[in-house]
Amino acid sequence: MNLLHSLQLTAAEELISVAGLVLLLVAAWSGDRASRAISIATVGVLVAAAAIALPALCGSLAGADVSAFGGQYKADAFSAFAKLLIYVGAAVTLIVAPAFFDRFRAMRAEFPILVLFAALGMGIMVSAGDLLTLYIGLELNSLAAYVLAAFLRTDDRSAEAGLKYFVLGSLASGILLYGISLTYGFSGTTSFDAIRVAYAHGMSIGATFGMVLILVGLGFKISAAPFHMWTPDVYEGAPTPVTTFFATAPKVAALGLLMRISLEAFGAQPDAWRQVIVAASLLSIVVGALGAIGQSNIKRLMAYSSINNVGFMLIGLAAGTKAGASAMLVYLAIYVAMSVAGFVAILMLRDADGNQVETIADLGGLSRTRPGLAAALAMVMFSLAGIPPLFGFWGKFVVFQAAVQANLLALASIGIAASVIGAFYYLKVVKVLYFDEPTDKVQGNSDLAHSILLVVFSVVLSPLGYLLTGWLNTLASSAASALFHVV
Amino acid sequence: MTGSSVGGFPILSLMLLVPLVGAVASLKANREQARLIALVATLIDFALGVVLWASYDIGGAQWQFTEHAAVFTGFEWKLGIDGIALVLIALTVFLMPICIGASWNSIEKRAGEYYAAFLLMETLMIGVFTAQDLFLFYIMFEAGLIPMYLIIGIWGGADRIYASYKFFLYTLLGSVLMLIAMFWMVNEAGTSDIPTLMTHHFPVGAQNLLFLAFFASFAVKMPMWPVHTWLPDAHVQAPTAGSVILAGVLLKMGGYGFIRFSLPMFPEASAHFAPLVWGLSMAAVVITSLIALVQHDIKKLIAYSSVAHMAIVTIGLFAFNQQGLEGSMIVMLSHGLVAGALFLAVGVIYDRLHTREIDRYGGLAINMPYYAVFFLLFTMASIGLPGTSGFVGEFLSLLGIYQESSWVALVCTTGIILGAAYMLYLYRRVVFGAQKNADAAAMPDLDAREWAMMVPLAAVVLWMGIYPESFLAPMRKDIAVVEQRIDAAKPKGDANVKIAAVTPVAAEAGEAK
Repeated sequence: MNLLHSLQLTAAEELISVAGLVLLLVAAWSGDRASRAISIATVGVLVAAAAIALPALCGSLAGADVSAFGGQYKADAFSAFAKLLIYVGAAVTLIVAPAFFDRFRAMRAEFPILVLFAALGMGIMVSAGDLLTLYIGLELNSLAAYVLAAFLRTDDRSAEAGLKYFVLGSLASGILLYGISLTYGFSGTTSFDAIRVAYAHGMSIGATFGMVLILVGLGFKISAAPFHMWTPDVYEGAPTPVTTFFATAPKVAALGLLMRISLEAFGAQPDAWRQVIVAASLLSIVVGALGAIGQSNIKRLMAYSSINNVGFMLIGLAAGTKAGASAMLVYLAIYVAMSVAGFVAILMLRDADGNQVETIADLGGLSRTRPGLAAALAMVMFSLAGIPPLFGFWGKFVVFQAAVQANLLALASIGIAASVIGAFYYLKVVKVLYFDEPTDKVQGNSDLAHSILLVVFSVVLSPLGYLLTGWLNTLASSAASALFHVV
Repeated sequence: MTGSSVGGFPILSLMLLVPLVGAVASLKANREQARLIALVATLIDFALGVVLWASYDIGGAQWQFTEHAAVFTGFEWKLGIDGIALVLIALTVFLMPICIGASWNSIEKRAGEYYAAFLLMETLMIGVFTAQDLFLFYIMFEAGLIPMYLIIGIWGGADRIYASYKFFLYTLLGSVLMLIAMFWMVNEAGTSDIPTLMTHHFPVGAQNLLFLAFFASFAVKMPMWPVHTWLPDAHVQAPTAGSVILAGVLLKMGGYGFIRFSLPMFPEASAHFAPLVWGLSMAAVVITSLIALVQHDIKKLIAYSSVAHMAIVTIGLFAFNQQGLEGSMIVMLSHGLVAGALFLAVGVIYDRLHTREIDRYGGLAINMPYYAVFFLLFTMASIGLPGTSGFVGEFLSLLGIYQESSWVALVCTTGIILGAAYMLYLYRRVVFGAQKNADAAAMPDLDAREWAMMVPLAAVVLWMGIYPESFLAPMRKDIAVVEQRIDAAKPKGDANVKIAAVTPVAAEAGEAK
């Protein structure tokens, strides 16, 4: 295990951190004038980092060969899969942000750099092989995210979102740290692999406490019920491009981390954490569905929808099998596509003055004034509801299939029946878009970058997305196998 | 792509593709272009349907025109039909051009999207009947919800929003548990291939749960009493063509589901739950017929009569014998034509007067004599008058169930009497009597377009009534397969009647049994 090899494995993180520091200097000297150039450079850095991560995924690498710094960092196929999704989410955020912030003259040079550092933190989270690496990645991401949520600092809602996110995020980090310290106390190690060995023959009460606290801390980060309270407020208050970011990249990172901890560190005792995950899963599905019904703001609706979707993804984790993990990753990938398409469409909803239209009722009859946009939004809604033939169905399909294969029939039946409640509010949005009389609130044209993104991700969500099933399945299962690679 | 169809030609995929292309094309087109595109696409599909029927080898392989393409992972693009699917596909492609005709003048707003939704429906309906992969079937089965939701919600009547929600959520709730059951089955049998699953023996204990999961879906789709309440709402609010397709084809998916999945895959459970199905069907026949008797809205009346007719289908299906199964298939076909035609007949006068209130009409026989003739024919077919398609199906179904349970047969036969009562009462109020409303009296008779829609329907109704063998022949062998599969499990009947084979001599010779 030489240093050079370790540095080689962490190349993506090194690239991002060096580039982030350089771009920070550029920002310091040339100021906000350079913000667009920095954004473009940042997207370039993300693409390069993705290119570095890709070989690990294609080669389905796992095990000791790809663990750096004595197992503290793992550049395996799983981390590569998650990183690709994270970089996609970050890049999309950077592409849609300038048009949004320019209206408030708030496009600062720091924005792309903060996103970049958040992406760095998330990359470390999903590659973590040790509780301390995990915590460093998590905090790096969180600190950047708190600032991003409050980025529109003249706007009260944004400031409130930042503060709320910070307070609850800190609470979650505290709980997580407490769990980490307990786990260290009972296992005598912070390495995932060593914890697995230490808990191979059972867990004491204290060890279980530590594990539950870690799960609770991560539950906050993935906004699973009952730790979801911050989500609607933060999603609503944060600037929409930042919401786009929150709905995609940190979700992937936190869920990836949860998978790694559950399946690697506590992988020897799946029964210990399964009930926690099952409870969080069902609660999230129900709370997400019921909470969304009364919402009139589309961003809040998307927040509840994300809680709901996290619930479905956790079903894959609850299965505790390779198929379950693979299903969860497939769902994550599709979820990222749905969220990106949804938020890009929401960003394109502007009134005559160029202000964002966020009230659902104001979207009335959009299908007649902007048929393409309405169709894309309707597709996102049906996809999130998991109605075939849209591709969103496939995520639910694989997750429930994995649950049935793992013999969790009750969980699968209750979960899928509860998904019908969710369908109700998605239908409500489609009803407003298609059945109501036009309100003509949404005006004007959107810029090209938004349209291209929307078209690309809508095509993925359309039935054409099923052509990706083979490819997605191969990648997800090679990523999932990495988690089950016992050293 | 491998195909063993018309000279290796993937005709089923083409039949799915033509309406899909039409749908995309008409999305952006204006009203005149869109309806023309839709008409051409549905006529091409009808022509393909004729080719399909003509080249279907009766008595040949069980599964014909099979296609398989490995483009997906997790499920497969596998198509193929047997005789049961063939006749239902024929029904679909036959009704679709008529639906487009029914919408020709009455749809004014957002015509491009309307025709696109209809063509998409056609693709999905044919997809349901051709799918040979369990999950492909599910995708097609569920996907139909989206276009139908839009059709009811955008082009429907005053209460369309409520009806569209009810339709969507009711049918979705019914179907989701079926998906879980499918996962279990595929996990157990190791394949999602429908023909293989049809011969797989599932453990008897598990069958009951699986049956109930499928039953929830098909019973809602069918619809069976007491989960039928979405249907009258959806029918009343949907535009004419929407009602036609709903009654004509969508309801048949439930029956198709029973005969393709529930009966052959879970024979023991089917026998176990047969009394439940009988009970619900008896209740449906009597209750919904009585409800139909007191309706003031023509469409609602026909909707309730649909529920009653569908109960005859379930009775026939769960009679566990050849007569019952054949009868229920014919009832399905006949009801598809007759209910479709009745909704069209309602559409004809609705287009003129814009009301469905029975009281607003009267004495139409005087000013619309040709209309009155067609309406009478379809009314009689709905009642089940010998010589029309309705008689053949209902007779066979009741004959089938009589061998199983004379009580069920007795109760269900009252449905025929009640059916005659509400249909004749409807006909009297709308067509006979004095011309009490001046505007109704001023309505012109059928125009050329309406003739063009009515004549083919009337012709097929009579054809099926007079020579049903044309329709029974392609299905006979496949029904015999289903019958063989469920024969061992069938519950002991209470009647000891011995009935000679009712099939004509010519067909008997070719029968596989």
